[in-house]
Amino acid sequence: MSAVGYTKAGRRPRIGDYLRDAALYLIIFIFFLPVLWIILTSIRPNMEINTRPPIWIPRELTLDSYKILLGWPTPEGAFGLGSNIPFGQYARNSIIIATVSTLFSLTFGTLAGYAFARFAFKGKNGVFLGMMLARAVPGIALSLPLFVLYARLGLSDSILGMIITYVALNVPFTAWLMDGFFRAIPAELDEAALIDGCSRWSAFLRVDLPLALPGAAASGIFAFLTAWNEFALANVITRTPASRTFPPALYEFTGQFVSDWRGMCAMSVMMLIPAIIFVALVQRQLMTGLTSGAMKG
Amino acid sequence: MATISVTKSPARARAFEISADEAKRLPWLLLTPGLIALAVVVAFPMLYSFYLSFTNYDLTRPTTEFIGLQNYIKLFSNATFWQAFGRTVLFMTLAVNLEFLIGLGIAQLMAKALLGRGLLRTVLMMPMMFAPVLVGFQFKWFFNDQVGLVNNLLYTITGQPHIIPWLVQVPLGFISILVAEIWMGVPFMVIILEAGILSLPTEPFEAAEVDGASGWQKFRHLTFPMIGPFIYTAMAIRSLDLARVYDVVSIMTGGGPGTRTELIWTYVYRLAFTGHDYATGSAMSYVTVIVSFLFTFFLFRNVIRSRWEGRE
Repeated sequence: MSAVGYTKAGRRPRIGDYLRDAALYLIIFIFFLPVLWIILTSIRPNMEINTRPPIWIPRELTLDSYKILLGWPTPEGAFGLGSNIPFGQYARNSIIIATVSTLFSLTFGTLAGYAFARFAFKGKNGVFLGMMLARAVPGIALSLPLFVLYARLGLSDSILGMIITYVALNVPFTAWLMDGFFRAIPAELDEAALIDGCSRWSAFLRVDLPLALPGAAASGIFAFLTAWNEFALANVITRTPASRTFPPALYEFTGQFVSDWRGMCAMSVMMLIPAIIFVALVQRQLMTGLTSGAMKG
Repeated sequence: MATISVTKSPARARAFEISADEAKRLPWLLLTPGLIALAVVVAFPMLYSFYLSFTNYDLTRPTTEFIGLQNYIKLFSNATFWQAFGRTVLFMTLAVNLEFLIGLGIAQLMAKALLGRGLLRTVLMMPMMFAPVLVGFQFKWFFNDQVGLVNNLLYTITGQPHIIPWLVQVPLGFISILVAEIWMGVPFMVIILEAGILSLPTEPFEAAEVDGASGWQKFRHLTFPMIGPFIYTAMAIRSLDLARVYDVVSIMTGGGPGTRTELIWTYVYRLAFTGHDYATGSAMSYVTVIVSFLFTFFLFRNVIRSRWEGRE
């Protein structure tokens, strides 16, 4: 890595280098613009959003859209479809479904990943490929038979049904990531523990698992966010506020005749908060897990 | 061939005190919970929908009969299906390649940036945190004809109101969805490709500089071939995500108006849940499954090879 202020080749930067950086900043800003616009819209008065010609610089900031969403008292005349939305109920459903399904898929995926990383067995490649194929079934294709089956089993529109669904959805990718993290731990450590008289099980618990813990955290967060953000299945399985999660609930801001874009932006920001916190926490481990296949290859 | 991958010497094999039998059983035991979950939620329902696709199943009809390939024949003789199929192939080809080209360009610039690389990377990762469904809603609003960001920008730049129906007109709807998909996919490409570029050794580049190679020559003959595995990983993971486009399309246009932006996934929804034709919907969903499987199989064959070969 070169010193700050110098190019990679180690020479003093020329004017061309600064121009290149300026272009880069501009491109990144264009990518960032939608994010900025969503946050900004959520704290502006509705008047400014729907005015033509458009107003770009906000003249007034307000938290009305969030207050409406949370059911707090708002000033007279503050409009938002958010008042019709049981936000607390959706938040509860989303949090329970994503958390519980993550705990199970992480456990199952870790065991599977350990099997892939530490054992040679017949049919290993077949099982691995089968898991990846199961992950590749598009949600919309799966939603149809699940809709029919869950209706028969009494699981449709239930939190339990959603949890079971997301556990299965997350096992393959968790297993894939955990396989990579376990393989990064030298097998000699395992052997040493076994020679010292550990059982296979306690070697796993005392040596491999603690060392793979950062990886497990990353995999768990990945699973959580997949469940948190999933739409195709949730849209079909959840029918009422009893089990509805955030993603299908966003529909409720766009009516046939009137749309509450500000309210939708406020809810989007709320949905993004856990994602931003989690990704910031584990981005390094996640990148290691994702690129380990390439590094080894 | 030893039954445990770490077994290398007889002494160590004894130390394991694991019978050959147990070593055969143990990995399967570890895999069981995950495989059961997948069997219940994925394998069994998919077999069920495979069966449905050969029947005239209908929620309102009391009896279900086996009708052979009729649903598939109905589907394949339908022009809408082939249009949606062709449009999906075109969409995926454009999306993955454009994401790759834009991603590679930004990654090259990032790897050379003098200042603020960490900050830039964090900012660039923001789109990755968006649920696809959020991306769909946001871009539906950006491309809104009345109060959308895009038409607003045109208003301010030209000084005149423009009411371009982005999501309604023929090539524009397709392009709008493509823009949303690219916005969502490029950051991931950049992160992986930049990691690849930064991991390259410096010696070949210094040698090339001494020999007077141009920037393009260095890129074409050194960078590009050397980051091959990273390109491969990035493309593989993005392609696995391909069905995520469903979330974006279904919200931005729902495949409409009419069937103007119909992709194979929105067509499943239209047949099954809008048209209540579950049997043909099941047949259609198998078309989407086969498309995904072909992608996955082709890509993961190589991932498996690079992961396990030379390890045992």
